[in-house]
Amino acid sequence: MISLTIDGLPVQVEEGASVLDAARKLNINIPTLCYHPDQDVKANCRICVVENEGQRTLLPACASPAAEGMAIHTNSPRVRKSRRHILELLLARHAQDCLHCKRSGTCELQQVSEDLHFVKTPRYPYRPRSAEMNDESSMSIVRNASKCIACGRCEYVCNEIQTVHAISKVNRGFDVNFVPAYDRPLGESVCINCGQCVQVCPTGALTIQDSCDQFWDALETDKLIVAQVAPSVRINLAEALGEEPGTVSTGRLVTAMKRMGFHLVFDTDFTADLTIMEEGTELLGRVKNGGVLPMVTSCSPGWIKFCETYYPDLLPNLSSCKSPQGMFGALIKNYYPAKIGKRPEDICSVSIMPCTAKKFEARRPELSTDEAPDVDFVITVQELARMIRSAGIDFKSLAETPFDNPFGLGSGAGEIFGATGGVMEAALRTVYELVTGETLKDINFEAVRGFEGIKEAAIQVGDLPVRVAVAHGLGNARKLMDAVRSGKADYHFIEVMACPGGCIGGGGNSIKNWKLMESRLEAVYGEDERLPIRKSHENPAVNSLYEEFLGEPGGHKSHELLHTVYTDRSYLLR
Amino acid sequence: MLEETRIVLRNVDEIDPVSIEDYRARGGYEALKKALSMTRDEALSEIDKSALRGRGGAGFPIGKKLSVTKAVDADQKYIICNADEGEPGTNKDRVVLSGDPNSVFEGMAIAAYIAGAAKGFVYLRFEYPYIFPILEQALENARKAGCLGGNIFGSGFDFDISVVSGGGAYVCGEETALIASIEGKRGEPQFKPPYPGVKGLFGKPTVVNNVETLANLPQIIQNGGEWFANIGVPNCTGTKVFTLCGNVARPGVAEYPMGTNLKDIFEAHGGVKDGKDLQGFMLGGQSGNLINPDQMDLPMDIDTCRARDAILGTGTIMVMDDYCEILDIVENIMSFFIHESCGKCTPCREGNIRMHEIIHNINAGDGKLEDLDTLEELAEVMQITSLCALGQNSSYPVITSLHNFRDDYLKAIERGQRA
Repeated sequence: MISLTIDGLPVQVEEGASVLDAARKLNINIPTLCYHPDQDVKANCRICVVENEGQRTLLPACASPAAEGMAIHTNSPRVRKSRRHILELLLARHAQDCLHCKRSGTCELQQVSEDLHFVKTPRYPYRPRSAEMNDESSMSIVRNASKCIACGRCEYVCNEIQTVHAISKVNRGFDVNFVPAYDRPLGESVCINCGQCVQVCPTGALTIQDSCDQFWDALETDKLIVAQVAPSVRINLAEALGEEPGTVSTGRLVTAMKRMGFHLVFDTDFTADLTIMEEGTELLGRVKNGGVLPMVTSCSPGWIKFCETYYPDLLPNLSSCKSPQGMFGALIKNYYPAKIGKRPEDICSVSIMPCTAKKFEARRPELSTDEAPDVDFVITVQELARMIRSAGIDFKSLAETPFDNPFGLGSGAGEIFGATGGVMEAALRTVYELVTGETLKDINFEAVRGFEGIKEAAIQVGDLPVRVAVAHGLGNARKLMDAVRSGKADYHFIEVMACPGGCIGGGGNSIKNWKLMESRLEAVYGEDERLPIRKSHENPAVNSLYEEFLGEPGGHKSHELLHTVYTDRSYLLR
Repeated sequence: MLEETRIVLRNVDEIDPVSIEDYRARGGYEALKKALSMTRDEALSEIDKSALRGRGGAGFPIGKKLSVTKAVDADQKYIICNADEGEPGTNKDRVVLSGDPNSVFEGMAIAAYIAGAAKGFVYLRFEYPYIFPILEQALENARKAGCLGGNIFGSGFDFDISVVSGGGAYVCGEETALIASIEGKRGEPQFKPPYPGVKGLFGKPTVVNNVETLANLPQIIQNGGEWFANIGVPNCTGTKVFTLCGNVARPGVAEYPMGTNLKDIFEAHGGVKDGKDLQGFMLGGQSGNLINPDQMDLPMDIDTCRARDAILGTGTIMVMDDYCEILDIVENIMSFFIHESCGKCTPCREGNIRMHEIIHNINAGDGKLEDLDTLEELAEVMQITSLCALGQNSSYPVITSLHNFRDDYLKAIERGQRA
């Protein structure tokens, strides 16, 4: 243990702890901006400087290892003056439109400004980093360089964690900027729309492309507004509205959406179960008929674009199944209208998703019927939370309402799609029982749960030892795909989720870190335990859809509506 | 009249720089041979006795640097010669490298033997392309003669050197930025610790030293640490290679013992050019200090300079005659730092441009008296909070000119207010 004092208070920390860690142990608040608990220390913003007695220069608390005998001051005149001056320099560079910024209220720069009690106009004239134009080219993410404070957190997550390399630092000095290659618009870059950069951006420089107005506009039409709600939305929405992380709010979210004006609220867990029926059948078919293996899941649209860009040679490995959102959209526009005596164009189909990439996915031509999109627009958890607030609804006090039928029933297997390993576990539950005809003694596949970057398991299914792997975060997916490409991976089935942690860590949720993610994960498996049906093939609503309309899993109708094709996008790298 | 004391420059202009025979005829590689006959501790102790301090500007004791890396257990270690001489007006490393490259190679080999490295890099300033072939040819000749490469002089010690071109950025003279640049990354400084001596190039322990520092090592081994320690002044031993530039009658590179008086050096180089009057000096490069003629009686060594609010830095002495406009010079220097700031840390990225902005306004007649307080405060914040020496030092010309040439600022502000 290392002993030091901070502001005169003695504290002991483990070897390797930083001065910031030590201060936090004493509940002393040191402002930070470039520091992020899930990233390597960058020490570039300098807002966290502290004074070490006897040292001429100040130390960045985030990067400085606590050392024996240090006497740190976090509030000396030199520290106060320095932090406030650094903030002043940043503010003179930062767009002055807090009142109508999407991050107002959750902006870390705003918070630091408040914490340092900075209430004057900067002495320096305002000089924006770039023209105050939003880059609106992406369907998922809006980039506004005039709000960038050059902390480098987006570059870190994009390059080090996701290995997408969509945003890199260019120029130097005052002209430093974080842009896609060749300064292309984000929407024409290799960006895979995962939104992890939005999750780490301390300011409004990177935000979600907002679709809320499309909903309010739809209310003024005669259309039937139909929503599907993804598995992890019920896990994350309450947190986005200020409740404890991991607070499940299924019934309340339906109530809130009905109050806002949605006519019907369906559950994407239903098409998650449908996905398992289709994907499981596809996997067994590939194994039996010598098809391309390993088969890789296709639920995560960020992962799909990543594969299309960086691994076009492995596109045959991707399951041809549409994502649950895609399957839902197809049913809403091709099956449901006839059932209720309406035309497809009379229905406004909305998805509520934890995911920014779903906005991109919804615009894929494959996910449309007669050139009209199957999902008209996508609203993320962050946006839904804002809509609920702006509708004047006190979310906490709402009563519960069940999902609407016929797409209101989902199993625990569908629910765990929200966490890394969930699709794999759901598939194993079904594949095992369909192949062997036996009931699983233990349906919890612990080996594929949790936040380990790459998880592996082997499960004996009848005569076949099924080898599976699960990756979340595209840096981990890249490792697995490199192994597949070089023939070193002998798996049958791989699950990939673009976002670290899976959908509960999706870019459309409220701002996260790994600590918050633990509560979300716990909530997912809690829901699974709670639900009466926990296997996709036991979902009666899914089975009756096959009887009434689709025929059999992997059949003709399924292929027409529930399966898709992919596009080689490696040209983006040139 | 002041005479030069040549240790680092002893062979410059005396030999064909690429000829290994010429270099060996003047005792070249005898020091390496001698070092290899000693234990690594014995060789290190000679360096320690010499009390040689780094010549790149920071003045860190080289013996201490070597002992840190020596103590680390690693499968690979590196020696880097920092030849990214980026200070405008500084030419000393260029003269050494182009005139006597083997003295640097031999110094690197000695350092490598002590630290336990087998591989060295010369990180050569991008703007010195003509030196590249000189180094390559000298290296090739030294290898052929068995002075570098495998099993040097049959001792079992292997050491070879590659020349790497710099990226053309001033900040790459900072050791962690230099390392990033060799690794093919963006040349940006990293927070220390970890220090390069423990975790440097490609994550391996790395000794980074300036050209001039390394060129001293053979003479220290050859003549003994005590011999070297007797040159110069007690805490700052040996010589310093100075670059004289600006409005001086005889500009160029010259080597004098540490502690030699600035006045004597200035006079030895003929004083101000064309018989004009002296206005002042800029010492230590662009991130150095502007002093006025009253401060000229100054022993030029690291500590005395520091104590008198001046800086030895790279040993650059820029002479300014009374036709120079101090504010123009400072404004120009700040535009240099705007260009060269890497943009990583806030104070340097945002501070240099604001300093330039204020000085430009004052110079253009738009200044206010309180601007001088802002300059003082901003300079202090940049000095104590910037990530690397670039941001920590770039305000020195502003702050020293504000102290030593305050009238120039006041007059400019007054002029503006009258207009």
